[in-house]
Amino acid sequence: MDAYERVRIARKTDRPTAADYIGSCFSSFFELHGDRRYRDDRAIIGGIAMLEDMPVTVIGIEKGHTAAERVEHSFGAPEPEGYRKALRLMKEAAKFQRPIITFVDTSGAYCGIGAEERGQGSAIAENLMEMMDLPVPVIAVLIGEGGSGGALALATANRVWMLENSVYSVISPEGCASILYKDASLADAAAENLRLTAQDAYSFGICERIIPEDDIGSPSFYKKLSSELYSEMQKLLQIEDIKEDRYQRFRAFGSGVAI
Amino acid sequence: MKEIRFIYHPDNALEKAGRSAEPLHGEAERTCPNCHVTMKESAFRNSNWTCRCGYHFRLGARERITMIADRKSFQELFQDIVSTDPLSFPSYEEKLRKAQAISGEKESAITGLCTIGGFDAAIFAMDPNFMMGSMGAACGEKISRLFEYASEHCLPVVGFTVSGGARMQEGLLSLMQMAKTSGAVKRHSSKGLLYITVLTDPTTGGVTASFAMEGDIILAEPGATIGFAGARVIEQTTRQPLPKGFQTSESLLSHGFVDAIVPRSEMKAAISSLLRMHRRAI
Repeated sequence: MDAYERVRIARKTDRPTAADYIGSCFSSFFELHGDRRYRDDRAIIGGIAMLEDMPVTVIGIEKGHTAAERVEHSFGAPEPEGYRKALRLMKEAAKFQRPIITFVDTSGAYCGIGAEERGQGSAIAENLMEMMDLPVPVIAVLIGEGGSGGALALATANRVWMLENSVYSVISPEGCASILYKDASLADAAAENLRLTAQDAYSFGICERIIPEDDIGSPSFYKKLSSELYSEMQKLLQIEDIKEDRYQRFRAFGSGVAI
Repeated sequence: MKEIRFIYHPDNALEKAGRSAEPLHGEAERTCPNCHVTMKESAFRNSNWTCRCGYHFRLGARERITMIADRKSFQELFQDIVSTDPLSFPSYEEKLRKAQAISGEKESAITGLCTIGGFDAAIFAMDPNFMMGSMGAACGEKISRLFEYASEHCLPVVGFTVSGGARMQEGLLSLMQMAKTSGAVKRHSSKGLLYITVLTDPTTGGVTASFAMEGDIILAEPGATIGFAGARVIEQTTRQPLPKGFQTSESLLSHGFVDAIVPRSEMKAAISSLLRMHRRAI
């Protein structure tokens, strides 16, 4: 399957969204709202839930399924308040020593005048910095689109997993094609060159596990993912310095460029 | 605050390449891309590459450091780190060679140590002539090493940003530099050390969304374009006219994302003063 075909699958509106994962892999989800600064950005949903017997904080970028849901959730494009809400929930998790699981699915951070004026770049930067400092383990699962900094702002994690047909990229294939080839219709070639599939990310060590999609959305799919998250979290909880683990994970990317 | 909105003319070859025109009669001349006045290069150079209209020319990284560091104090670090082509991205190697030839630099960021007004500092400057200061793995590595060095030696970091964002030819590896550098900044910060960023024209994309916006003190040059998403993309996406002064230093100041706008002529004095006031009292 070519890379752009994966992009198309990753964007399908009938794929499970963050809310589906939260509803199916966890129990007793209690949703928490708002960034305590300005508003509640519905592109991000989050709260506290039970992963088997373990309380965890779960946060996801939600795209919604129906037209109404997609509008409500800004098509999964968070504004600065969304990132600040996520950070507030992560800091709350840190205070109560609760591990964190994020579900990432966005074409990118919201592109708009207000988002810029309220500090989109600053909000993402703060998340990257503060996520590096979290004293609790973090697992990020890329379930659809991993669009650039807007995705990384919830994926600065100890472990990053990707669904088989999810993609993770520094720029959208269309954006890349329009900049490099001045032609957005060459997105398929750009998708290939960007090496944005889960298999590519795995080969670079940028994702640690690829989750097969044979039975995606079925009860057995969620059950398996849930138990994998649980056992991985148990392992991460054994790590003495979880911040160091996270720092070194990212520190290794591109450290081999010295001659 | 007087509003200055500069229009960047991509077809202005002088500004784009950051090179001087061929000398016609003796000394080379340059034209201000903002007010279009043409003056001798030395006249602009003597005024720190600022025009009488207030326009700040883009500066190469080394010129920038020369302007800020005390004379002969700059000692370069990590200069052997250069970009590779990890994805075998079509025509990337050629672009790298071209960027190296145009800028005279090996990478989009220069890192090192210097004194500023007598105060020790680690310093980095990005180069607009090197693929518009885009951040690939080598740039991220140099910035990260500089923060690690500064943490180890208890030094403040002063950084000048100019960047189009993450370098797409390195794909995900360049995206990861945002987290990598942010981690290094955080560790430096946790040691109680000072980080001053100076945002210069343009600072956008993945650099804005990482170490550019992570300073304890964030300064900006007048009239710089600073943002995350590109203005043209926003205009096309939202189909709304952009407000006056959108994504300028002045707009970021009024929205609370920049501490001060400092003209180039006062930059060294401002940074020296901040370094002095951040010395430990005990």
